[in-house]
Amino acid sequence: MNIRAIWAIYKFEMARTWRTLMQSIISPVLSTSLYFVVFGAAIGSRIAEIEGVAYGAFIVPGLMMMSLLTQSVSNASFGIYFPRFTGTIYEILSAPISFFEIVLGYVGAAATKSILLGLIILATASVIVPLEIRHPVWMMGFLVLTAVTFSLLGFIIGIWADGFEQLQIVPLLVITPLAFLGGSFYSLDMLPPLWQRISLFNPVVYLISGFRWSFSEVSDVSVGVSVAMTMGFLGLCLTVIWWIFRTGYRLKS
Amino acid sequence: MDPIISIRNLSKTYATGLEALRNVDLDIDRGEIFALLGPNGAGKTTLIGIVCGIVNATAGTVSVDGFDIVRDYRKTRARIGLVPQELTTDAFESVLHTVTFSRGLFGKPADPAHIERVLRALSLWDKRDARIMTLSGGMKRRLLIAKALAHEPDILFLDEPTAGVDVSLRQDMWNLVRRMRETGVTIILTTHYIEEAEDMADRIGIINGGRLILVEDKASLMLKLGRKRLVLHLAEPLDAVPPALAAYDLQLGAGGCELIYTYDTRKERTGITALLNDIREAGIGFRDLHTTQSSLEDIFVDLVKRSQ
Ligand SMILES: Nc1ncnc2c1ncn2[C@@H]1O[C@H](COP(=O)(O)OP(=O)(O)OP(=O)(O)O)[C@@H](O)[C@H]1O
Ligand SMILES: [Mg+2]
Repeated sequence: MNIRAIWAIYKFEMARTWRTLMQSIISPVLSTSLYFVVFGAAIGSRIAEIEGVAYGAFIVPGLMMMSLLTQSVSNASFGIYFPRFTGTIYEILSAPISFFEIVLGYVGAAATKSILLGLIILATASVIVPLEIRHPVWMMGFLVLTAVTFSLLGFIIGIWADGFEQLQIVPLLVITPLAFLGGSFYSLDMLPPLWQRISLFNPVVYLISGFRWSFSEVSDVSVGVSVAMTMGFLGLCLTVIWWIFRTGYRLKS
Repeated sequence: MDPIISIRNLSKTYATGLEALRNVDLDIDRGEIFALLGPNGAGKTTLIGIVCGIVNATAGTVSVDGFDIVRDYRKTRARIGLVPQELTTDAFESVLHTVTFSRGLFGKPADPAHIERVLRALSLWDKRDARIMTLSGGMKRRLLIAKALAHEPDILFLDEPTAGVDVSLRQDMWNLVRRMRETGVTIILTTHYIEEAEDMADRIGIINGGRLILVEDKASLMLKLGRKRLVLHLAEPLDAVPPALAAYDLQLGAGGCELIYTYDTRKERTGITALLNDIREAGIGFRDLHTTQSSLEDIFVDLVKRSQ
């Protein structure tokens, strides 16, 4: 294992975060706070509570998840796409480092970034609404697992993408809608039965449900199913990554 | 001594169907400077890319220091430093940061003193805190060299290192390359400037259309270069070289209308005076004469034309 190389990539990527602090941390925090103002304060004042949880507190896990998903994907996809775009990828490819180690460096940094971001959102939220976290260890577990899984997805997108537009498309057209429809702001029980069933095809439902359970023990599906779905998605991403590196897809000609 | 790089039957066909390399066999000796010459699109960068791990070979094998570049890629790549043809840099990074990164990426422990030495040798130390995008093209080129040297490689690939570098910097760069060679580093460079290959290289390889068409010691190439041809345009065509002139290395050309004498300009006696005397005594008349000298350029152009 070339630990120094993994560390070099990780540090390099984290340095980019600090340099682009505005983009990386501040703007998601700002937009999350806006969601709070709109959904928590304005609309939430009309909805008393959901399954015994105050609406303001109910949406916190959903909001964290939403940022976690979009930020993991865009951080990781940009992280690997940029060297491909500028050509500096030559150095990574010519280094004595395995593909697995490359993934560890890039995905590790992207996941770290979004976990930090999730925690900052949590801290911001706890200032606005009273929060209770019943299972902090599970909460961190879901946070880390989701961050890693979606950073892997982002990495895949960054390798597949042929232009900056494609880089934007997936977070914008897939992740954000799925997160909105995945129960960030409501409980599935509030939907008509048909839509409840359709929602179960949305993988984000399982992530948000499990995550919310770790806060308040309120969930749309059982925690076991949530964990299984998350692990399944992680496994899928790892398989795709393994295939990419075995074939050199879009990296080596 | 066994070669440091050994390339066997190497072929590359790109996804587009283009055959960039065809059955290349090449050994690079330890500690030599090898110049790879060839026109645009000949396959130089592809060859380097395969050895460095950036391009997958279609067929054939490459070993570096006895290790296979696919099976033992960690060992082979750790020994190699690559300066790419394109100026590809992270615009927003600082010089020091990017060179330090390169060293870490190749698995070497941090060594600020070595990084400083490299940056000083390339006159970049004063620019160490500058962002890369504020550097000039020639500085970026040197930065790429610094990155390649950051992990103290045994083998250095320079893919057209002097493109866009001014004359005095070019001199500095070659001095650096010579110093590296003195410390035992093997250097493989590509260039379009034949004089550079002449100045720098121990051996020269010429590649065209993916085929390696010549590999030769510079010394023996220079020997060919040192040779001149004297061409006599005869008044009457000859059927054969007359016995009286058998002592000379003569050839008939242009259907017997030309008598061609090849000689070495660097010899004390070229034999021209004696030859001309003997020709007159043999009763052979000539209308005109001229001499030609083949330069590496001629050899190059000639070889490339013939290989097409
Ligand atoms: N990624 C690629 N896909 C398809 N064809 C390629 C690719 N890279 C290079 N080629 C082709 O392979 C051939 C060899 O290219 P290469 O870059 O090795 O040439 P070169 O000798 O380095 O040329 P130059 O002196 O211009 O740098 C060219 O015809 C080029 O068009
Ligand atoms: Mg080239």
